[in-house]
Amino acid sequence: MRKNGAEILIDALIRENVDIIFGYPGGQAIPIFNVLYDTKEIKVVLTRHEQGAAHAAEGYARATGKVGVCLATSGPGATNLVTGIADAYLDSTPLVAITGQVATPYLGTDAFQEVDIVGITRPVTKHNILVKNIKDFPFLIKEAFYIARTGRPGPVLIDIPADISKGFLDDYEYPAEISLRSYRPTTVGHVKQIEKAAALIKTAARPLVFAGGGVISADAHQELFELATKLNAPVTLSLMGLGAFPGEHPLFIGMPGMHGSKTANSALQEADVIISVGVRFDDRVTGHVGAFAPKAKIIHLDIDPATISKIVRVDIPVVGDAKNIVAALVKIVAPRPADAWNDVVNKWKGDTLFAYKNSDKIIKPQFVIEQIYELTKDKDAIITTEVGQTQMWCMQYYKYARPRTCISSGGLGTMGFGLPAAMGASLGRPGALVIDIAGDGSIQMNIQELATISINKIPVKVAIINNEYLGMVRQWQDMFWNKRRSSTCLRGGTLCVECTGSGHCKKPYVPDFVRLAESYDIPGLRATKASEVVPVLQEGLNKEGPVVMEFMVAPEENVYPIVPVGKSLDQAMEEL
Amino acid sequence: MSTRTISILVENHSGTLSRIAGLFSSRGYNISSLTVGETEDASVSRMTIVVAGDDSVIEQVVKQLNRLIDVIKVIDFDNDPIIERELILIRVDSGKGSRHEVVELADIFGASVVHVSASSITLQLASTCDKIDEFIWLIKPFGVKELIRTGKIAMAQPKK
Ligand SMILES: Cc1ncc(C[n+]2csc(CCOP(=O)(O)OP(=O)(O)O)c2C)c(N)n1
Ligand SMILES: [Mg+2]
Repeated sequence: MRKNGAEILIDALIRENVDIIFGYPGGQAIPIFNVLYDTKEIKVVLTRHEQGAAHAAEGYARATGKVGVCLATSGPGATNLVTGIADAYLDSTPLVAITGQVATPYLGTDAFQEVDIVGITRPVTKHNILVKNIKDFPFLIKEAFYIARTGRPGPVLIDIPADISKGFLDDYEYPAEISLRSYRPTTVGHVKQIEKAAALIKTAARPLVFAGGGVISADAHQELFELATKLNAPVTLSLMGLGAFPGEHPLFIGMPGMHGSKTANSALQEADVIISVGVRFDDRVTGHVGAFAPKAKIIHLDIDPATISKIVRVDIPVVGDAKNIVAALVKIVAPRPADAWNDVVNKWKGDTLFAYKNSDKIIKPQFVIEQIYELTKDKDAIITTEVGQTQMWCMQYYKYARPRTCISSGGLGTMGFGLPAAMGASLGRPGALVIDIAGDGSIQMNIQELATISINKIPVKVAIINNEYLGMVRQWQDMFWNKRRSSTCLRGGTLCVECTGSGHCKKPYVPDFVRLAESYDIPGLRATKASEVVPVLQEGLNKEGPVVMEFMVAPEENVYPIVPVGKSLDQAMEEL
Repeated sequence: MSTRTISILVENHSGTLSRIAGLFSSRGYNISSLTVGETEDASVSRMTIVVAGDDSVIEQVVKQLNRLIDVIKVIDFDNDPIIERELILIRVDSGKGSRHEVVELADIFGASVVHVSASSITLQLASTCDKIDEFIWLIKPFGVKELIRTGKIAMAQPKK
């Protein structure tokens, strides 16, 4: 069938089951938006910034498991996507980013709004493509979705010059199948390796399951549950894995690493066999690598051969899809009754994995997260977060029961991720109660998306934990940099002469988030006293449509435990 | 630090070379030499890369290369017997009546003369990297004005 490039693109997207695109137009993308104007199958969400579009597509992908799609124009539109693309790369999120480009005769001439976005994004995409010939276009779109979705998922960028989107192809046909000689992800685990893993597990006196985002991507949480419960093995989940095992389950021992639970870190250091699934041994998890899990033999199941022994030498690697491999493993492992090891771990765990000193006067940030959990644990809730202290408290005090309910920027640690991600998650899972739990610094990095939320009536709840600081950086300065709070106070700014560091600053906090919300036609609520937290949450969470709730919390609260950079997991500092 | 020779079969696309070069540079791996050219199948290019690094670095390099979508196959020769060649062009001083000696040395190594001027002689030699190193070392005293090495190309010896 005769179609122009833009029509081919949209037809292909429909065939790839794309039902929503987050985008922002501009000169070189007009041909594409022009076709979208009449496309009923695809909802187009005009964000207020391309970064918002990229994170929204990520939020959509992480909430649904489908490929997220964002669309921007050339030049600044494309560069504004880069942070979101990098974020998706580090968190293995399936994303297809589409950019308009100057027409092929102008490529390389520094034409208006020309940037080499393929060059710029090469290190942060799983693959990227500049379309140079319309004949190849249908195949390249198919390829982009195939690569984004399969194997270890990730972002793929397609850069489309304007003469391609406007040019015609006479015999357009979308390929039904695709096979690439250079890309064949291994999915089925090696039987011998799985048998070796089972044999090692059989010898274990102190087994531990350590799982991550790969379990969620592979939809392997059920299999993981069966494995852990059959072995009675304690389970720790990386930040990316939270929700892959029920947070309230007696075997669950929290997140490990820098701000992980003491129980999880002790278990890693004491275990004799660690069954790791879909994790990448990030430095925020391992602490000092040389002293990580000194007593353990490590089994590592992962779809990406390159993660095997990248950071930590593993004893038994099994490459393949986590769902298949864990299922195969469950079948052949011998059941293990709970024993003295479980007693030890349970004793470490005590009543709670994390603890803080509450106050009846000033609002403790941890208290707000706990109350959000209490009020939403029986609901179909999805939490998105920004980055910083608040993010860490969300990992510690919210107990995720199901996969795809904790959506946070793990690898890149992108402030400004949570609000647009919440938007995407809400549009992908319309029935869910989606809450962005945000630091007061981070929320300002993509606050413009309140307009998108308001106009599209996206029922996202925003809980701003306002500690008046770039709290996480302030914490590091206080703990490791001699309390020199350089550029971390959000009242004073860069360096306040008056500041005594005593917390008696009289400068007004801007913005007033309640009034800001109202200016977007979104109701705003504020709690300044501990007693107001629950009423504000109840009112906010029960309101229909979007709400902004601001909690004025203890400004100088720190995240504990903390394993300082370069220290081993047993050297955590705790609150005095 | 040891060096290792890796051959990579890649899709003959634009961008493939920079993707591979970027993989090395972003990880701080050092490329000693890199050659690239078409193969018997015009849609496939073959790169021969000599990298410096210990075994764990090489293992990572190979895995990361395999991860690239455009990479069809990575051949890590490890210690397998290979057939290798490198080509050099070298321009040597021949002003002070040394031309005969230079040509004599070239003959021994099987290098051929590709250009002669009043003051210099340009030689070409295709050989193994070791032989080439040796040749360069011996000819240096005559005064090397310019030297270009192509970098190594290599293929595995057929297993009988
Ligand atoms: C885009 C970006 N810039 C800078 C940082 C470094 N950074 C990490 S946490 C943090 C402070 C975050 O402040 P806020 O959102 O108020 O959260 P809090 O730590 O106070 O809870 C900063 C600046 C980052 N992660 N992302
Ligand atoms: Mg803050």
